Amino acid sequence: MKLDSKIPDGHISEKWYKHRFQLKLVNPANKRKYSAIVVGTGLAGASAAASLAELGYNVSAFCYQDSARRAHSIAAQGGINAAKNYQNDGDSVYRLFYDTVKGGDYRAREANVHRLAEVSGNIIDQCVAQGVPFAREYSGYLDNRSFGGAQVSRTFYARGQTGQQLLLGAYSSLSKQIGLGNVKMFTRHEMVELVVINGRARGIIARDMVSGKIERYVADAVLLCTGGYGNVYYLSTNAKGSNATAIWRAYRKGAAFGNPCYVQIHPTCIPVSGDHQSKLTLMSESLRNDGKVWVPKRGDDTRNPSDIPEADRDYFLERKYPSFGNLVPRDVASRNSKQVCDEGKGVGGSKLAVYLDFRDAISRLGKPKIEERYGNLFQMYEQITAEDPYKTPMRIYPAVHYTMGGLWVDYNLMSTIPGLFVLGEANFSDHGANRLGASALMQGLADGYFVIPYTLGGYFAEGGLDKVTTEHEAFQAAENEAKGRLDRLLSINGTKSVDYYHKALGKIMWDNVGMSRNAKGLEEAIKKIKEIREEFWQNVRVLGANEEINQSLEKAGRVADYMELGELVAKDALQRNESCGGHFREEYQTEENEARRDDENFSYVAAWEYKGDDAEPVMHKEPLQFEYVKPSQRSYK
Amino acid sequence: MKLTLKVWRQKDAKSKGDFKTYELSDVSPDMSFLEMIDILNEKLIDSKEDPIAFDHDCREGICGSCGLYVNGRAHGLKRGITVCQLHMRSFNDGETVWIEPWRAKPFPVLKDLIVDRSPLDRIMQAGGFISARTGSAPDAHAVLIDHDTAELAMDAAACIGCGACVAACKNASAMLFVSAKVSQFALLPQGHPERESRVLAMVAQMDKEGFGSCTNTGACEAECPKSISITNIARLNREYLKAVIK
Ligand SMILES: Cc1cc2nc3c(=O)[nH]c(=O)nc-3n(C[C@H](O)[C@H](O)[C@H](O)COP(=O)(O)OP(=O)(O)OC[C@H]3O[C@@H](n4cnc5c(N)ncnc54)[C@H](O)[C@@H]3O)c2cc1C
Ligand code: FES
Repeated sequence: MKLDSKIPDGHISEKWYKHRFQLKLVNPANKRKYSAIVVGTGLAGASAAASLAELGYNVSAFCYQDSARRAHSIAAQGGINAAKNYQNDGDSVYRLFYDTVKGGDYRAREANVHRLAEVSGNIIDQCVAQGVPFAREYSGYLDNRSFGGAQVSRTFYARGQTGQQLLLGAYSSLSKQIGLGNVKMFTRHEMVELVVINGRARGIIARDMVSGKIERYVADAVLLCTGGYGNVYYLSTNAKGSNATAIWRAYRKGAAFGNPCYVQIHPTCIPVSGDHQSKLTLMSESLRNDGKVWVPKRGDDTRNPSDIPEADRDYFLERKYPSFGNLVPRDVASRNSKQVCDEGKGVGGSKLAVYLDFRDAISRLGKPKIEERYGNLFQMYEQITAEDPYKTPMRIYPAVHYTMGGLWVDYNLMSTIPGLFVLGEANFSDHGANRLGASALMQGLADGYFVIPYTLGGYFAEGGLDKVTTEHEAFQAAENEAKGRLDRLLSINGTKSVDYYHKALGKIMWDNVGMSRNAKGLEEAIKKIKEIREEFWQNVRVLGANEEINQSLEKAGRVADYMELGELVAKDALQRNESCGGHFREEYQTEENEARRDDENFSYVAAWEYKGDDAEPVMHKEPLQFEYVKPSQRSYK
Repeated sequence: MKLTLKVWRQKDAKSKGDFKTYELSDVSPDMSFLEMIDILNEKLIDSKEDPIAFDHDCREGICGSCGLYVNGRAHGLKRGITVCQLHMRSFNDGETVWIEPWRAKPFPVLKDLIVDRSPLDRIMQAGGFISARTGSAPDAHAVLIDHDTAELAMDAAACIGCGACVAACKNASAMLFVSAKVSQFALLPQGHPERESRVLAMVAQMDKEGFGSCTNTGACEAECPKSISITNIARLNREYLKAVIK
């Protein structure tokens, strides 16, 4: 396998501009002759499908929910970044680029990040044109808030429902194209295999989740926009159905997997309440604009938080990081929260929580202002915990939230399988080892609205695509594989449910491949995952049949893939003998317990190649070059 | 606590369904309603009975996947939340709880608690958009929108498309759903060029899908998990009238 990132030459600010000119074009009349499959209708998928259909391509789009509007992007709360500099506070494309490279702990590709920053402004324009009701000031201008890892206000938002509004915008454009017949939409369809013919991605096998029918779809290119794999950990802030099946099937067909160990643990989530817990709920990072994070100075302080005087509180983020304070990046905030809890200063019944306190903001700004900013989040919190955050501080703890890793892609967003493009959270591209808040929405929409319409055209225009149909033997083989797996899952008839195994895997992942990792724990995890995977295939119980709605079967397929992917995450974490961003190896830390990067030896993207079930995967390295942002010890002090 | 659950079980769209009774003990008040069903499902799998099928995804009240009647009420008794946000502390020890899928002609049951809500998507495809081709947008500040109008548009835009309004309405009307989208775009200047064609197309599709008419009972507003106001329906009626007269 050869990794060619295809980064264009020239100055960083000209690369994308020049590249767009150099990409060949498909003439308007010919676009109709090309087809693309878009798997996923989140921000990345919906924006790509709509934009490609507008250009004239034939698009088929797939999602596992009953409507494209329900993709997991809908749940994003806090906001979306853009270098508009509407606040006149010193923002620029270059600063957004710089902040993102630094925030990613110097493990992202400079050229990609710069492009992202360049198109960020267009995204806001596009969304406003679609009728996205962003928050406005009384003057009628758009309002901004601040997010972690930045000292400017560049985050646009629609209450605490930014993802919902952006997705509904993209979904409405997609709906228009469906209505016009330019996009064929397949809801309640799950991609279960990728079809590769003559070395190119040419189609997918999907299961109709109502009838159970296994169906074949052919196209000239396949776009995976299927989101992240945080659910490998069982408990995460992802939607229950979020899964890795599409990217994992592609990995097994030859797409390299980039940096699987870069998993983001978000500092502000509602803590686990018991064994019944089925998912975790995020409390948006935007809350750290006005909320102050603290724990009692003494671990045995059992007073009501509002009775604890200032002198007995430790505002540990403000104390340790005076210049960024509560708005340090996520990896730093999470690690520090864990640390104070490990020291026994945690709060709440489990002692695995810290306070996020709005007392000062409420007395400074008044309750109505706080309500306007965060009303729905406060309500969500109260629903879950039965505590009123206007009166008593929130209790929060870190949880798995986002995966920076994903399928490796080149500058054109193409994976190592020609014709297979990967967009949004599913790819590894722009966030390095740690994603800054409000940058995932930006990246998903950048990929879908402003990158793929150009680069896909370039791929088609290069030619060389054979005529193939679903009768091709590769379709038959992929279908057999998919059916074989489903049959096997249904025939085991063991004693334990799918959730049982998912929880067991999640526990190993969280304990050993979570917020802090060490070589011994990782080796142990790899061993345990293998064991549990074997047991799963011997003893899982999936009732019912394939030819019906069968949610256990759906879950079983996904969990089977997590059992393999989890091992790769651990392996990647084990080879990376350094700490960077979300990847914290206990062996590699500074005296002040900060992450210690090793640029000399680890300034590369780890791209893993599948070599068969009985062989070890092979790691390839894409060296990272930093011409513009010089790597330094990341400091938020 | 202990609960008696009466759950609608239906094998598929063609089969006839019925309520089945399940007893569940050890329900923690901190569980969400859907986690309670998860626990029941684990028990069913243990005893080799098919688990209950239900739509859900985000489990935090935003994706609109979940939707059930709990004791005859869409999303349960508590106002302003979805059933995935409902917690067991709202129930009493020993209570009997009835769980059913949406009942509305345009939403046929597919299995157990899952219904087909694709008519709502088709209404959106008919006209629920502003035609803004990718790449052609002017600067976001080219058009100013005053704060209060933006807030009103946002109130309407908060709809999650769960279908509770339809399920709550004795006529199975989709007026609240349609009016929320029509209002959002009618309030915003960007939506004005297609204002008339939009409302006509969406209403026509709504009728075609077999949704009933609105008789102003307000049940939709009361059951809407996002508290979308029926003043939107009044706005829809005005928009419609203006478009028809023209
Ligand atoms: C609670 C929460 C809050 C967040 N808040 C923010 C925020 O404020 N700002 C920010 O920038 N980011 C935020 N993020 C991150 C951001 O929301 C996601 O990274 C982003 O939305 C991912 O978009 P996507 O289009 O890549 O994928 P998704 O939105 O995850 O979409 C995936 C799509 O793929 C489909 N799919 C998946 N697998 C299959 C399959 N096998 N077959 C068929 N279809 C499939 C799904 O149906 C879905 O349509 C948040 C994330 C969470 C969890
Ligand atoms: S599961 Fe998403 S709204 Fe209930």
